[in-house]
Amino acid sequence: MANPRTNFIARLDWVTIILFLVMVGFGWMNVFASSRNEGTGGSLFDFSQRYSKQFYYILTALVIAIFTLTIDGKVWSFFSFPIYIVTLLILPITIIIGKEINGARAWIFIGSFSIQPAEFTKFATALALAKILSAYNFVVQKPRNLMTIGAVLGIPMILILAQKDTGTALVFLVFVLVLFREGMSWVVLFVGGLAILLFVLTMLVPIPVLLAVISVIALGLTWLYQRNFKFFYIGFLSLGILFGLASLASTYLGQDWSLSRMFFLASFVAFLIWLTIILRKRHNPLLLILLTWFGAILFIFSVDFVFHEVLQEHQQSRINNILGLESDPLGRGYNLNQSKIAIGSGGFFGKGFMQGTQTSLNFVPEQSTDFIFCTVGEEWGFMGSLMVLGMFSGLILRLIFLAERQRSAFSRIYGYGVASILFFHFAINIGMTIGIVPVIGIPLPFFSSGGSSLWAFTLMLFIFLRLDTDRYQIVS
Amino acid sequence: MLNSNPNRKYVVGGIVLAVTLVYMLRLFYIQVIDKSYQLSSKNNSQLRVVEYPGRGMIFDRFGKPMVYNEAVFDLLVLPQQTKAFDTMDLCRILSVDLMEFRESMKKAREYSRYRQSAVVRQITPEQKAALNEKLFQFPGFSFQIRTQRKYPQSVAPHVLGYVGEVNQTDINADTYYQGGDYIGKSGLESEYEPYLRGRKGISYQLVDVHHRLQGNFENGRFDTIAQPGRKLTITIDAGLQEYGEKLLAHKKGSIVAIEPSTGEILAMVSSPGYDPNELVGRIRGKNFERLMNDSLMPLFNRATMSRYSPGSIFKIVQALIALQEGVIDEFYSVDCNKGIIGCHNHPNAHGLREGIMYSCNPYFYNVYRRIILQGKSTSQFQDSQIGLKTWYQMVCSFGLGQVLQTDLPGIKPGLIPDVAYYNKWYGANRWAFSTIFSNSIGQGEVETVPIQIANLAAIIANRGIYYVPHFVKSIEGVDSIPEKFRVPHHTAIDTKYFDVVADGMQMVVNQQGGTGSRAQVPGVIVCGKTGTVQNSGGKEDHSGFFAFAPKDRPRIAIVAYVESSGAGGVYAAPIASLMIEKYLNGTITQTDKELAILEYKQF
Repeated sequence: MANPRTNFIARLDWVTIILFLVMVGFGWMNVFASSRNEGTGGSLFDFSQRYSKQFYYILTALVIAIFTLTIDGKVWSFFSFPIYIVTLLILPITIIIGKEINGARAWIFIGSFSIQPAEFTKFATALALAKILSAYNFVVQKPRNLMTIGAVLGIPMILILAQKDTGTALVFLVFVLVLFREGMSWVVLFVGGLAILLFVLTMLVPIPVLLAVISVIALGLTWLYQRNFKFFYIGFLSLGILFGLASLASTYLGQDWSLSRMFFLASFVAFLIWLTIILRKRHNPLLLILLTWFGAILFIFSVDFVFHEVLQEHQQSRINNILGLESDPLGRGYNLNQSKIAIGSGGFFGKGFMQGTQTSLNFVPEQSTDFIFCTVGEEWGFMGSLMVLGMFSGLILRLIFLAERQRSAFSRIYGYGVASILFFHFAINIGMTIGIVPVIGIPLPFFSSGGSSLWAFTLMLFIFLRLDTDRYQIVS
Repeated sequence: MLNSNPNRKYVVGGIVLAVTLVYMLRLFYIQVIDKSYQLSSKNNSQLRVVEYPGRGMIFDRFGKPMVYNEAVFDLLVLPQQTKAFDTMDLCRILSVDLMEFRESMKKAREYSRYRQSAVVRQITPEQKAALNEKLFQFPGFSFQIRTQRKYPQSVAPHVLGYVGEVNQTDINADTYYQGGDYIGKSGLESEYEPYLRGRKGISYQLVDVHHRLQGNFENGRFDTIAQPGRKLTITIDAGLQEYGEKLLAHKKGSIVAIEPSTGEILAMVSSPGYDPNELVGRIRGKNFERLMNDSLMPLFNRATMSRYSPGSIFKIVQALIALQEGVIDEFYSVDCNKGIIGCHNHPNAHGLREGIMYSCNPYFYNVYRRIILQGKSTSQFQDSQIGLKTWYQMVCSFGLGQVLQTDLPGIKPGLIPDVAYYNKWYGANRWAFSTIFSNSIGQGEVETVPIQIANLAAIIANRGIYYVPHFVKSIEGVDSIPEKFRVPHHTAIDTKYFDVVADGMQMVVNQQGGTGSRAQVPGVIVCGKTGTVQNSGGKEDHSGFFAFAPKDRPRIAIVAYVESSGAGGVYAAPIASLMIEKYLNGTITQTDKELAILEYKQF
């Protein structure tokens, strides 16, 4: 075998390239199977069919891949900010001149050809983030740096949210993984995890019960630190008295306060009192417990508020659906229900290529785009699903491995960015089709039909592969 | 920056692996362990085809069809199979409003993109033929045959009721119904819905991956055949009904005729009415709105819902109660003293018969006084309470003051005041006979609805018993009509007292000086009583008359009301007379009387 230090072809990571080719090829088979009944007539290479369009998209993607490999890797580091800014500028233009599809203004039409600029914002943001984090002596923890990072991630999110493309906007949250790898505190991951847990509980459990439970847990934790019941009793008693006072006030003032409101008032007063006491006595562990406890209460109330006052009805429904709070199998729950039926009916070995009834008979919506995994599940069964899961996790882990072997921080961070974005799409898209996460409309990379996402993922991946070929160069 | 935290790659990798593992387990569960999804997928690839049965026909008592069905079509759409199509053309062929059509398409998509729903209803066979030729231009659309009600005589709209599409409440109440089904909304269509609707047939067809039919699922083991609705025969005499509607045309009023020996309702007219054919098909919505807003209230069934004071008709009830209580006998006489209560000019009544014949107000003031004040307590307040209590129970035994449990929904109870009623108004021991004496002549608080008065005529015709008035004569496949229509109800009055009253009613019609002479029918002894209902607001009185005939072995009991037309004898009595003649003899000899009625027009 040729020496990778001298031979460009040998320096390429063929594991990734082969995974890419297999996924794109297998993806096209599924797009073909799921969309073959959509139109009438038309040959394989007639541009009118979804699967034939997809074929041309794939050819274009291969051209993009080869072209990208020929570009010097330094270009991306050098031009990362200009690229980032240009993609940002296109977003508001899209809102103005774009056409509305499924409620989102995320598409630009050039003739009969459409493109979704937000897809390209992802790799541009990964480039910009890599550029910032790779600066010499950059420390993630510094407040000023955190603000910069927040702006780099927040601006595209807000612009994409303005297009009403919530799914794509959420993708940017995944950069938390990159930040974590680059030294961000564990606390962020911990708080994030706690927030997700509390969010789900707020939806599932009546709020007064939830408040009572977390208060008891917090008081229990004081026992862990103090090894006596003093704070447990004091806390319990003071909360009880304050709660009683709040309900008295409610009756006396002639207000019909709800249970959770009275609890909130009681906790707020208790929080102020305990805070002064603890600050005076400098019990740091207790302070942590107190802050976490009250932060959780605030979070629960704001989730409740956002859910009922801010989210639109269809968004509430999707969340309720996933949490099993709402069952509407012919209406809003239809997508999810049909998608589970399609995948579930595949069995162990599947129904065979082009033998799926659910996906080809148009029972599953968006069957060749966001719900393409249904076709995999139905026609290829558990074996096929396992293969796809394997390919995705294999690719992501391979990218992490490649990222770790980079000498250049920019390449490493960008590699993590690519891996994280792919991971988010993989986890959300497949999780959605099997009913583990809410229905969030983002494509399955390399599988879903559609040009923009395929080209954007191809570009993103091959930039990193090119960067990887430069790994023996001296870090400048 | 420096490569710090290199060990964190294991955390990130671990997260990826953890998610993959969870998804693997989940997929293993839904694909390999849980078999229910495979069953659901089978259901998806089956096509459920519904066959709608014809609704049961309705016949009159002589077997003449009153309601039958015509074939019409619904246009169905499967939103997910539609392509861009010429909406204008479709609307033009079916002559539907473009905006309405878009609205129903939107509703269909909202219901489900993957299930059929009807977007245009009641398409005539001609329109269907016109669209069928072009149907290939409209993928996703198909037809479904339905039936529509048709009324050959255009009579009895309030009795027959109408049929409409089910609403969400109906669907929630009975799982049989699905959106787009029809249901009886009012009248007998609603009451006998379970018999008339029949049963939908359902067949399960298999489709292959190319959506081609592959025959019945499991050889039709789960299929059900549509069962047509049952035939319903009702007690209405279509000819008599038609004649009654003709007589009441252009007048506000009602007629109810009952066969006393069975309680079968022979005719029930409420005027103004409407042509039941107007509330069918696509014109229904528009017509319904027009009828709803009509100030003459044609949708309102006056025969069962109009509450009137019974007026002098109520004197018959007072007489019977007084006889039963023993506070008067048939020879009881009273001078017509207009100082007590107003009256018209007539000779003094000698005996009860003449009291009824002259409809003497002072006479019945005294009769009622004797019922209420029986001297059972020294306090006149207490005494009035005791008297009213007895009186109330007896009046109620005539079926007054309560909803008659007939088979037409929406009947009003009227009002018979009891002790509690007056206590509420005036306070306990704050009222006495002097407060409530207006009831004696059927004014005051007493209120009745026409069907109750027709039943009252039947009670006197039967000398003290009645069968709940009803419309059902027979239902196909059902042995007998409900028990409640076959058991006699006894009033609190002994049979022996009725003959005196019947004599009085005969004199009302047939004796010189009687108030109801216009009710005479040549060759038939008619017994009747006028009832002039004071109309509030200084308007003309309502004219009421109730009667039965012949006197012996009566075959018809009837009530007629004409609103704002003056004394009971003027218009109500001749209408009753004509109805009786029509029913008993089949022909009308009193043509001048008929002409006078037909020429009288209120609007």
